[in-house]
Formats: sequence, C-alpha cells, structure tokens
Amino acid sequence: MQDLKRQSPFGIYAEHCRKGELAYQVTEDGKPLFFPRVVAPGTAGGKLEWRISKGLGTVYATTAVYTKDKPPYNVALIDLDEGFRMMSRVEDVDALRVKIGMRVKVRMHPGDDKQPPYPVFSPAEGK
Amino acid sequence: MSGRKRGSVAVVGAAESDLGQVAADVSPTDLMAQATRRALDDCGLKLSDVDGVLAAHTQSRMAVLQLCEYLRIKPKYFDSTQIGGSSFMSHLAHAMTAIEQGVCGVAVIAYGSTQRTVSRAAASPREFNPYESVYRPFLPASAYALAASRHMHQYGTTREQLAEVAVAARKWALMNPAAWEKEPLTIEQALNARMVSHPFTVRDCCLVTDGGGAIIVTSAARAKSLKKKPVYVLGVGEAIGHATISNMPDLTLTAAAESGPKAFGMAGIRPADVDMVSLYDAFTINPILFLEDLGFCPKGEGGRFVSNGAIAPGGRLAVNTSGGGLSYCHPGMYGLLVMIEAVRQVRGECGARQVKDCEISLAHGNGGVLSSQCTVLFGSEAAL
Repeated sequence: MQDLKRQSPFGIYAEHCRKGELAYQVTEDGKPLFFPRVVAPGTAGGKLEWRISKGLGTVYATTAVYTKDKPPYNVALIDLDEGFRMMSRVEDVDALRVKIGMRVKVRMHPGDDKQPPYPVFSPAEGK
Repeated sequence: MSGRKRGSVAVVGAAESDLGQVAADVSPTDLMAQATRRALDDCGLKLSDVDGVLAAHTQSRMAVLQLCEYLRIKPKYFDSTQIGGSSFMSHLAHAMTAIEQGVCGVAVIAYGSTQRTVSRAAASPREFNPYESVYRPFLPASAYALAASRHMHQYGTTREQLAEVAVAARKWALMNPAAWEKEPLTIEQALNARMVSHPFTVRDCCLVTDGGGAIIVTSAARAKSLKKKPVYVLGVGEAIGHATISNMPDLTLTAAAESGPKAFGMAGIRPADVDMVSLYDAFTINPILFLEDLGFCPKGEGGRFVSNGAIAPGGRLAVNTSGGGLSYCHPGMYGLLVMIEAVRQVRGECGARQVKDCEISLAHGNGGVLSSQCTVLFGSEAAL
C-alpha cells in the first residue's frame, strides 16, 4: 500500500498532470476509479493500479457559472471513455454552448504559482 | 428493519425562532434556545423535562455542547449528527429509537443560523476538494444545476417547469405571515431574473436568511397528556448517497428513492395517502426530483407533474405550504423548518394556507449536494 508519510494519492495525480497525463486508478477486478484513493472502496479490496487515460470523454452534465462583470464559465461532469467520471471545465467554446453528449478531449491547464497544472477539456468533434 | 415502531413517538411541540434577519451579534445558539423555549411553551413541558438534546448547525462543530451549556441541560441522550439540511429528520429517527429504548423521555431537536447577518461565506465555509475546487463550481447551486441539466436532457424538463416550482412556492408564501417574500412572482419574472448557475436564475435558488427552530418529541403515551394534539411519527427513512456531486452515480436519481420507501414501508401507507408534502426545496429541481423519487409521480415526470399550478394553492397536491426555502425562509440547513410546517398542517394550525382534512403529511430533508435524504411521515390520531 502507498506510504502516506511519503506521498498523497492527490500528489501522484498532480505529478501526472505536470507530465501532461490524466491519471486514474483501476481496482483489482478491473473497475476504473476516480478520485484516486489509498485503499480500494467497497468489496473490491486488493491493490489499486494507476493508469493513464487516453483523455477522450463525453459531457455528462453541464452548467455555466455567472459572476459579476465577467463572461460565464463552464463547469461540467465528464465521463471518460475508460469509464470514470470527473468534474472539469470545457474551454474553447462559449460556456452555454457546452452540451450534454458533446465529445471532448483533455489538455492540461498550466496552472500558476499556487495551482499545479490541472486537466480541462475542449470539444473533440468526430472522436 | 430499524426496529422502530410506527406511532411510538409524537411531536408535541414545534416552533420557529425569529426568522429572516436578526440583530447583529445574535448567535445561532440564541436562536436554538429561543425556539426551544417556544416549542416547550407550545406543549406545556418545562426545560427540566428535557433529557434528550439533538442539534446541528454550520456555525459550530459542537452544536449540542453549545445548546446544553446555554440552557444548562445535562441530557441522558445527545446527538449532533451532521449530514446537512436533512440532519433533523435523521435526529428525529434517532430520538425515536432513544425514546423507544428508554434512553431518554423528552427530546428537543434544535437548529439556528445567522447566515444572513454574518454572510453565507462565514456561516458555511466551502470545504476544499482538489478534484473540484479548481473548477470553481458555485456550490451548492452549481451541483444542483448540473443535476437539472441532466434531468432536462434526459426527460425534457424545461426552465418553465423549474419556474413553476418557484412561483408555486411564492403563492404559498403570500399566505404565510412568517414568510420572507411578500411580493407576487410570475413565471416570466423567474425566467428573466439574474442568472446564477445555468439553468438556475436567482429565483431557482433558495433564500439566504437567518432563522432556526425546535421540535419536542416524546412517547405516544406521554404525548396524550400535553397541550396540543400529538402529531405521531408514522415512519422514518434515512439514506446517504455521495458527498461530492462528481461522485453521484445518476444525477437524476436521489437517495430519496431509498429513504421514501423505508418511511412508507414503516408507516404502511402509500404516497396517495399523503395529504400534504413538505420537501426541502433548496433549488427548484429538488421538489421535481423528490416527487419522483418518493413515488408521487413516475421517474422523469416531475417537471410535467408540477406544471399548470399543480403544486400551488388549489393544485392537485399541496407542496411546501410555508412557501419553502425558496420564498419562506432558508437559514442554510432548512430541514427542521420543513418538519415544523408538516407538523402544523396535521395540527390544523396553518390559517389561510391550511390543507383541508390534513391527517397525514410528509417531510423530506435533503443535505449536501443531493447527498443525504431523510423522509418522515407524520399523522394525526385518526391516521394511527
């Protein structure tokens, strides 16, 4: 089992993000798992294996958040083709034009001093 | 099952604290204590009769300690279960067990919040989650908006149908002197209001008010000798799903589909037997989801069910007669007030908004981001 005195599950995930990779885990019985954990949930038991997603997915649910004086930004739940779901943002398209069922592809947002790189999505027609 | 017995306990006292906007420096415990005092006066019991204390709110991690210190109660039974706005339905279920087992005899369930006075950000600071916070969802609204987007996509639910929920709540609120909102609202106004998190405008979102409440629970036997007619607990059901919206398996199906059947099973009744429904309406999608999941209409039909004023005064089903979290009062964890209205309807105390011959009411609590769902069925003596 992962040594929590050395590194967190999120730490490993973020390390992959820095390399441009969207990482997730699979349980011993082959089921995809997100968010990353230190132990397998439910009855799966056993070891968790890290994998890298191909980064292609489908919008499961979407909203546009409105703030003062700025255009609305998107928040979406994305179903990755490998079978796990995550919250993210679809960029490169008007927040209100993000539709459920839309195909999307991951890319890493560079982040900044405080925020390590993190995955966002953009439309991926025909994929 | 839980071992709990239908009708073994009753709500004998119920009261709101001062609601809306309270004076500066009023504490949540001031409101809990005020509501407790009023609820005791409502049933004729004394503070010294209370030997069970259940409480939760967001401005202290240890609400029970605060309330017991304030009122100088040394309870035999206490519980600060915190699962968000449905905590109090859960408290009622736990109090029922404690009273049945003789652990305590008279339990108070209390809540207080000053979120309007101190600001929502101060009253309920957001918990950081590295897999969600980075995307800046406006929580909780955005989580419910995501669920609404999915319901609209899957079942053809419309923004107009969401607005119907807000308008119905407002019509009820205008019949409730304690309600925060005092002006009429039209579908058009709701649709054209300031957008918050699509598809929700500010009219799809609950109020941000101060407020609190308390209910007093005791055994059915003891309840008979008190001031008001007892409102019996016919059934309770508790269920939890996820903690974060990213981990909710199906955004159109809530754990109310588990808590509801548990409560109905225990009560031995069906949705058609219910005279009035009190649903936690944090957002307009909530009553639509809960009407489906609790069995008042088939899955996916909630939007059509609420159309044409069907849950407004004079409609086919009386829903949220207080005006709800949307138009009456929403101090942050609104579940206790959800129960108070359901109790008052069975007592026949609701004045202009009273549902005729209300013998059975349902109070449904929701917590987190559609996370925890707890259902209570109340009944009069005739419903026993």
